[in-house]
Amino acid sequence: MTLEVILFFIFGFVAAVAAVMMITRNNPVIAALYLILNMASLAGLYLTLNAQFIAVAQVIVYAGAIMVLFLFVIMLLRPDNEKKFMESNPKVKIFSFIVAGFVLLQLIYIIFFSAPSKILKKNLEASVKAGTIESIGNELFRNYVLPFEAAGFLLLAATIGAILLAKKKIE
Amino acid sequence: MNITEIIIVSLIKIVFVLGITLLTVAYLVYFERKIAAWAQNRIGPNRVGWQGILQPFADVFKLLLKEDIVPEKANRIVHAIAPMIALFVAFTTYAVIPIGPNVNIFGYDISLVVADVNMGVLYVLALTSLGVYAITFAGWSSGSKYSLLGGIRSSAQMISYEISMGFSIGGVLLLAESLRPIDIVNSQAGLWNAIIQPIGFITFVVSAFAETNRLPFDLPEAEPELVGGFHTEYSSMKFAGFFLAEYANMIIASAMIVTLYLGGWHLPFEQSLGLSGSWLTVFQITSFFVKMGAMLFFFIWVRWSIPRFRYDQLMNLGWKVMFPLSLINIIWVAVIIMITN
Repeated sequence: MTLEVILFFIFGFVAAVAAVMMITRNNPVIAALYLILNMASLAGLYLTLNAQFIAVAQVIVYAGAIMVLFLFVIMLLRPDNEKKFMESNPKVKIFSFIVAGFVLLQLIYIIFFSAPSKILKKNLEASVKAGTIESIGNELFRNYVLPFEAAGFLLLAATIGAILLAKKKIE
Repeated sequence: MNITEIIIVSLIKIVFVLGITLLTVAYLVYFERKIAAWAQNRIGPNRVGWQGILQPFADVFKLLLKEDIVPEKANRIVHAIAPMIALFVAFTTYAVIPIGPNVNIFGYDISLVVADVNMGVLYVLALTSLGVYAITFAGWSSGSKYSLLGGIRSSAQMISYEISMGFSIGGVLLLAESLRPIDIVNSQAGLWNAIIQPIGFITFVVSAFAETNRLPFDLPEAEPELVGGFHTEYSSMKFAGFFLAEYANMIIASAMIVTLYLGGWHLPFEQSLGLSGSWLTVFQITSFFVKMGAMLFFFIWVRWSIPRFRYDQLMNLGWKVMFPLSLINIIWVAVIIMITN
């Protein structure tokens, strides 16, 4: 086994275990802790695929920023009402099982039955080069500049909307 | 070099960097107390060894021998993990900071950095963004209101200042056209970034103070309001972990400031000194450490000179002053590049 395969198994194992632990914990803060662990090991998996930038972005954006906000909400709002809601509405459980089963079927189909649209069989150097920040920047600002800017505007609109909603009184 | 040689060289570098860091941390605490004493017209530690020079070892010994108390309401596992996260983040960041140019030892060309990563700057940012969890989880797991408030305060503070920190770095990256710390240092061989982009330098230094939770930004542990903040319920070596991490973060912040803005190991007019190859290297490595020492002194000096901000002042400063300033800095650098090209 090469080093990459060993690392893949380690990170994959940690990611899978963390994911299962996350959905089975009762305490939301502990669940968030496992989600962070899951995201960190995902970043490790990206590294084994030579996608350095995506790995670092995964840590900065998801593990570093979004999960901090998650924790904030959990710590400040203390979602204890969740349990009462589940107990008073038993039908929600059935609905969630149906949705979960649907997603599982989709995943099984994608992983085992559908043919991958395009398998990149390039050499190692090309794949390392594709993961560097230079090539991602080139793609983003040359070939995909319009969608990129559009996404920027969308985020700006969302930010302004959030500020407006958070303001108690509009003069 | 073959693979075993690379592993051996890397291991030597890691041991070297860790050793230097731990020793610096120990003596940084000593100097903090000495400088505090100097600022307040006291004598400071002077009992253990000559002029109190062995004080750090006495401190560590005291912390080791203390009883480790975990509150009844605490979540024991998370309570123990939190200081480990703090230490992990503090010590892994050193891997990408170069202390000097490549040197030739026994016929090997060795770069004076543990890992010459292609995107070293982003690596540092990623790790520091994980540092928030140490404080948040420490606050939450202690099962105490003071700790929780301290933890939440600090995470709000850290994510606010991370933004202006990231944007200040943007200007440096534009000039260096690279994320590799060695390239960034070499791009400053002529003129330091601190001179080309003074606004970015100031916003970065201020954000670094906020990120390391040092005064005037040490609100997470504001004693008059929150007792000890997030580490109220910590004792013995777990407390020492946070203590160590704070000083290690200070060293990291100083090293980053020197690397990004103060020319790393380069000094202006270093070539005109007429030093031969190896002496020039020694001179450059020394200049890196001297600059870092000056920054560390600055950190301590500010702590004992400036009072703490109020929390709303801190947030206003972060979002309404530092963030726009760092954006202006990026535009400034872009204009400079446009003109000079």
